[in-house]
Amino acid sequence: MSILNGKKVIIIGDRDGIPGPAIEECAKTAGADVVYSSTECFV
Amino acid sequence: MNSIIKGCGYILVHTPDMVVHNGTTQTTERIVNPDGDYLKALPSHLRTYEQALHYAPNQTYIGNMTPDDLAEMAQPFYDKPVENAARVGEFGEIMPEGEFYLLMQAADVFDLVHLDKDFVAATKPAFAANNEVITEDIVARIKEGDELSHIEHLVNDEHAEGLYLDDKLVGCVARAHDIDVNLTAHIMHENLVSKASSILALLYAVRNAGIDKSEIEYVIDCSEEAVGDMNQRGGGNLAKSAAEIAGLSGASGSDLRAFCAAPTHALIEAASLVKAGTYKCVAVTAGGSTAKLGMNGKDHVKKGTPILEDMVGGFSIIISENDGVNPEINLDMVGRHTVGTGSSPQAVISSLVTDPLDRHGMKILDIDKYSPEMQNPDITKPAGAGDVPLANYKMIGALAAKRGEMTPKDLGNFVAQHGLTGWAPTQGHIPSGVPYVGFAKKDILAGKIKNAMIIGKGSLFLGRMTNLFDGVSFVIQGNTGKDEANSGVSEEEVKSLIAQALRDFASSLMAE
Repeated sequence: MSILNGKKVIIIGDRDGIPGPAIEECAKTAGADVVYSSTECFV
Repeated sequence: MNSIIKGCGYILVHTPDMVVHNGTTQTTERIVNPDGDYLKALPSHLRTYEQALHYAPNQTYIGNMTPDDLAEMAQPFYDKPVENAARVGEFGEIMPEGEFYLLMQAADVFDLVHLDKDFVAATKPAFAANNEVITEDIVARIKEGDELSHIEHLVNDEHAEGLYLDDKLVGCVARAHDIDVNLTAHIMHENLVSKASSILALLYAVRNAGIDKSEIEYVIDCSEEAVGDMNQRGGGNLAKSAAEIAGLSGASGSDLRAFCAAPTHALIEAASLVKAGTYKCVAVTAGGSTAKLGMNGKDHVKKGTPILEDMVGGFSIIISENDGVNPEINLDMVGRHTVGTGSSPQAVISSLVTDPLDRHGMKILDIDKYSPEMQNPDITKPAGAGDVPLANYKMIGALAAKRGEMTPKDLGNFVAQHGLTGWAPTQGHIPSGVPYVGFAKKDILAGKIKNAMIIGKGSLFLGRMTNLFDGVSFVIQGNTGKDEANSGVSEEEVKSLIAQALRDFASSLMAE
């Protein structure tokens, strides 16, 4: 059982790392309920 | 024929007081945590001008050191001051904050910048000293100055934005309207800093291109500021405004906005305008961003490093008709991140790097140098963002291994040979691909490399209009103009061939 299954998830992606939408897709397939997802830029 | 890179200007301004008063990390902290430890510790982490001057990445940015010199240094760079540092380099200069306030006044045409008269008297000689770039017409725009009490009144009672030097008030930027939120003193300050640093970059680019100012027909500003009032926020035109003060009397212009990807978009547009014959000479220019000063300051203070985001950056690149000498922009090899590309790092790099190469039957290893995001790792590593250029090179190298162009074991060599160590300040658009254009021009002319790919990437999602990422790329290569001219057949040559054929025919008839 995935550790994310049934959990509410907040995603902060990194523009120069893994962006929010990519993490979101992974989290959803692991059964997570994505309540917020964004990508931020630190440069 | 392809357009060529005629000249480049790269400038920095050391702005420690603007870090404190104008950087958004600090202005936000003053609202949410005014008595917190960060704001108390901040002043002791600010660098002096001499420290910023002797900082290797800054010397690289203005062309006094090469990327190879920087790559040989051990990181971090901030504790290893370079010996032969100079204010003016091959590409531009590092201007002190006080002199820059005078340039801001020169850039102001609405009587918004007010300076203390004693400060003006003390600073003007140094400002006017570099008369090769800061010409008399610019110096003539500096006013005698106001009484300090008047400036204090504007700041304390009239919502003006203070200009500080060593934490002392020496001037201010007044608001341009009583109620318009787009013309507040804060926004006028931000826009005037962008405009003034763009002007300085334009002046150096013209000097370095060896052209007359009147030759520039069009200017494209690709910074990240929005100029306009409440009825047309972001209306522009910062390009033409900067061209006016820089003395480019024959230029028109317009602004191009695309977050950090804008400089690469703008260079493709400039090269296209010149290749199409619309204009003979176009300047792409951008000033710097006050908002990003000290952006990662909390992490720098926490890790005990100086505040390294204390530099406003600017650049200008002049694109002109092919002169048969200078490196050219190959518009047949433009990479594009499209709406349908997707946002995974692999999809992004494929669209920007391998797609344009595949269209030309070229391999990843056929490009000698890649210039993606050239952020200085000294700034990003303590902040947890890692080494951004290195991350880009690893992704490009991984794609090369995946395509069978090299083995995964070659990744280290790929990064060393085809990569660069980042040297640009984290000013958004400033580090995005373009810092290497000046060096690429030099290295191609010297025969050190044969080509380079410039990659600009942008975070469109920050504006909350789309979740899309963005990016474009292009290739700079050695000049092929003369070859192209030789490969074609001119009208004169056609006439000559027909005449010769007729003479031969006539001779053969006479012989019969």
